[in-house]
Amino acid sequence: MTYVPVIGLEVHLQLATRSKIFCGCATTFGAAANSQVCPVCLGFPGVLPVLNRKVLALGIRTALALGCRIEPTIVFHRKNYFYPDLPKDFQISQYDLPLGRSGSVEVGERRIRVHRVHLEEDAGKLIHKEGEDASLVDFNRSGMPLLEIVSEPDLASPEEAQAYLKTLKAILQYLEVSDCDMEKGSLRCDTNVSLRRPSEELGTKVEVKNLNSFKSVGRALTHEIERQGKLLEAGEKVAQETRLFDDARGITLGMRSKEYAHDYRYFPEPDLVPFSLTEKEIEVIREELPELPAAKAKRFAASFGLTPADARGVTASRAAADYFEACVKAVAGAGLRPEPGTFKAIANWILGEIARVMNERNLEEITALQFSPGHLLELVQLVDSGKISHKMAKEVFAEVVKSGESPARHVQARNLAQVTDAGRIRESAQAVIQENPGAVEDFKKGKPRALMFLVGQLMRRTQGSASPALAQETLRELLKENKR
Amino acid sequence: MTAREIQAIYQTGKAAPPEIAETFIKKIEELQPKLKALVWFDPEFVRKQAGALTADGKSKGPLWGVPVLVKDNLCVEGVPTTCASKILARFRPPYNATVIERLKAAGAILLGMANMDEFAFGSSCEYSSYGPTLNPWDTARVPGGSSGGSAAAVAAGMTPLALGSDTGGSIRQPASFCGVVGLKPTYGRVSRYGLIAFASSLDQIGPIAKTVEDCALLFSGIAGFDQRDSTSVEAKVPNCLEELKKPVKGLRVGVPKEYLIDGLDPEVKKALEAALEQFRKLGLKIQEVSLPHTEYAIPTYYIVATAEASSNLARFDGVQYGYRSGEGDSLLAMYGKTRGQGFGPEAKRRIILGTFVLSSGYYEAYYAHALKVRTLIRRDFDKAFEAVDLLMTPTSPTPAFRLGEKLSDPLTMYLSDIYTISVNLAGVPALSLPCGFTPAGLPIGMQLIAKPFAEAELFQAAHAYEQASGWHKREPKIR
Repeated sequence: MTYVPVIGLEVHLQLATRSKIFCGCATTFGAAANSQVCPVCLGFPGVLPVLNRKVLALGIRTALALGCRIEPTIVFHRKNYFYPDLPKDFQISQYDLPLGRSGSVEVGERRIRVHRVHLEEDAGKLIHKEGEDASLVDFNRSGMPLLEIVSEPDLASPEEAQAYLKTLKAILQYLEVSDCDMEKGSLRCDTNVSLRRPSEELGTKVEVKNLNSFKSVGRALTHEIERQGKLLEAGEKVAQETRLFDDARGITLGMRSKEYAHDYRYFPEPDLVPFSLTEKEIEVIREELPELPAAKAKRFAASFGLTPADARGVTASRAAADYFEACVKAVAGAGLRPEPGTFKAIANWILGEIARVMNERNLEEITALQFSPGHLLELVQLVDSGKISHKMAKEVFAEVVKSGESPARHVQARNLAQVTDAGRIRESAQAVIQENPGAVEDFKKGKPRALMFLVGQLMRRTQGSASPALAQETLRELLKENKR
Repeated sequence: MTAREIQAIYQTGKAAPPEIAETFIKKIEELQPKLKALVWFDPEFVRKQAGALTADGKSKGPLWGVPVLVKDNLCVEGVPTTCASKILARFRPPYNATVIERLKAAGAILLGMANMDEFAFGSSCEYSSYGPTLNPWDTARVPGGSSGGSAAAVAAGMTPLALGSDTGGSIRQPASFCGVVGLKPTYGRVSRYGLIAFASSLDQIGPIAKTVEDCALLFSGIAGFDQRDSTSVEAKVPNCLEELKKPVKGLRVGVPKEYLIDGLDPEVKKALEAALEQFRKLGLKIQEVSLPHTEYAIPTYYIVATAEASSNLARFDGVQYGYRSGEGDSLLAMYGKTRGQGFGPEAKRRIILGTFVLSSGYYEAYYAHALKVRTLIRRDFDKAFEAVDLLMTPTSPTPAFRLGEKLSDPLTMYLSDIYTISVNLAGVPALSLPCGFTPAGLPIGMQLIAKPFAEAELFQAAHAYEQASGWHKREPKIR
């Protein structure tokens, strides 16, 4: 295709505070409809908003972590439009002076610029009941604190858009500013996409809404790029509009543009007096910032000898990174050598078997697994000391991750430890050599595969409990003696 | 009977709250048909409060047993609060405004709800969906507005005290038309939580009373920081009842030269000049000052106030509470019919004006520009207060006008607020008190304006003048 996609994302993040942005109502998810409301978030006559300072602090924390310049004056505006889920018929938001501007997110090797970050209140939720000629409104969500993060149109493909979202989500989770749960709607995403020919002006952009998962972001963008491409190839124009993604059909649909041709009549919210943040207040929040994924990955690579890819993998979620570090700290105590080989083994487990099981079970975080860092170290130690083979270790993991049992105890209880007693292996090896003269002949003729056959026989004889390395070594020695 | 007199009666033990309550219940029942000052009144509601006070008579708050009438735009839990609008007919708030909480804590007895112009849009009380309140001094005339019900009731003795709200003169102008004292406090002095907003950056709740002392008493009962209102200010509220007795000699009073306008009624001018003479006798120093941007106050006000109002009144949409039209088969039609049928003509006019000035393409020319002029007007006051302690002006260019006289011409109605509007734009406190009567017996009011948070100085000068002039002793003969 001769067209290049230009993509920007708008992320709405629900900040993890205990109370709403302008009143004291609880923010617990899943409460009975209209049970977490008060005159303020219901927009009753006469009520006034009071800014929740925790919301501001979390907003600044996020803006700083994204490298934004913080606006020293906090000003809110009213965005006026009529809708039944908006009890005041205006939304308190930020307009020309957003909380943060000009930040960026490192996605792989690319730097995706963040245009702005601003605070606003959420609206309620309309519920349309099947077969009923009425709409219901649940105002529990009304007044929930939101942070909108708007990227520049720096993303060049659906895959990159997804990667940006994943990286952003990891940063937000590191910051502990939100639970980032897309299913609960704590992280929502709209996209803007247009096509252009390389080195030409930007094309007409289309906003695509209703994206409920990383997957639907990718699918919607792929579809929309294809749709716009076909239009342009056919010499038609792309209309500037807002489209909704239909997840079931995998396509975007135009909304009747007339209904959404808003003039929001923004003006400064007179009920919230603008106020200034001091340099010091901002510095205090900056100093409390945790180590972020990119920095942590660099440190893991430098300190533990992980490859850049492994370091990025292990730090992709804060829980996994914490898990890795907990393991690293306990290495010596578990009888392992604190050296790159051991660290790599730990990372391999986290990115391999553990990730696989989490994926199978659809688990978001490593902490949801019944498998502690201590358990992992036991497993690594069992392999390292030759007590069990790597293959056996995988089997043990598959069992204990279900039962929650300690791997060491599991191995002991079921007698799974490898035979490392050299004397016993030597006896078995001698028996195997006597029983397989053909293979011994082949080995003498220089066929290395014969040795593997003999090792296999030895393993069978010991019901798999012999250490494969030791078995091979012993056989090779005996055969050499036999040669002479 | 003033609030101070009621307190004196309680002190001697000659009467208890239920008896005082009965006195006012009788007075309201007698005069309400003639003046229509109240829009909601239930004697049992009053008796219940008075009875409860006697039962737990131990902790006596500063307004213990004193009746207070409430403007119909202040939320009282469970009591109809309708802003005199059809769109809020039968609306009963689920909470109390902060001022109501404070009155209750101070031991006051709420008498009922007072009439007003719909959503406080008006200067005559004629834009009430309940019909107009009549002026106790001449029932062919308006009581002023928008707090017309509150001012008329105080003047007629139906209540010793009343709460009003003032966005562009809505306490002071009716106070002057009805010959009573009304204060618009400094912006941020009284919590607006529970005041159904007209224009958030201009609205203030304030007291209306028969005497300056009573006005100070009620002010002390409602003023002070409230964490539920982000625009309320953490400033100490002085004991105004003590402060007002302080000597006034030497206070400097400025008279803005721009306030001598063509429309100023000669009787009002004469009364003001006499009042200035009285001030001189009291030892105050009079000088001319200038507020050069005065001529821009009315257009600035009608941009800022209507812009905020258009947004504040958006919530009356028929979805959650208040009136909903049964007509219309779509969401948009429901909104249109509900608001079309629920709002009166002045409310619609102001919503349309405010929507227009905020619209894309007009915002810069109107709203943004008005904010700049507002800053200039505020600076005028800052500058004037470098030279003087108080400013003195007429409250209104004319005494109370006849019912219907200005209804056909909204602009003339807007102009009657010329002396009061700048004060709200600047956020400074101002008080209106009687300074004479026309030969026909209509009260004339003068306005005193002070620096932010200097309400005590307003009370001092007003009290000294009141005691010297004795205008407050006149009573209307209600026919």
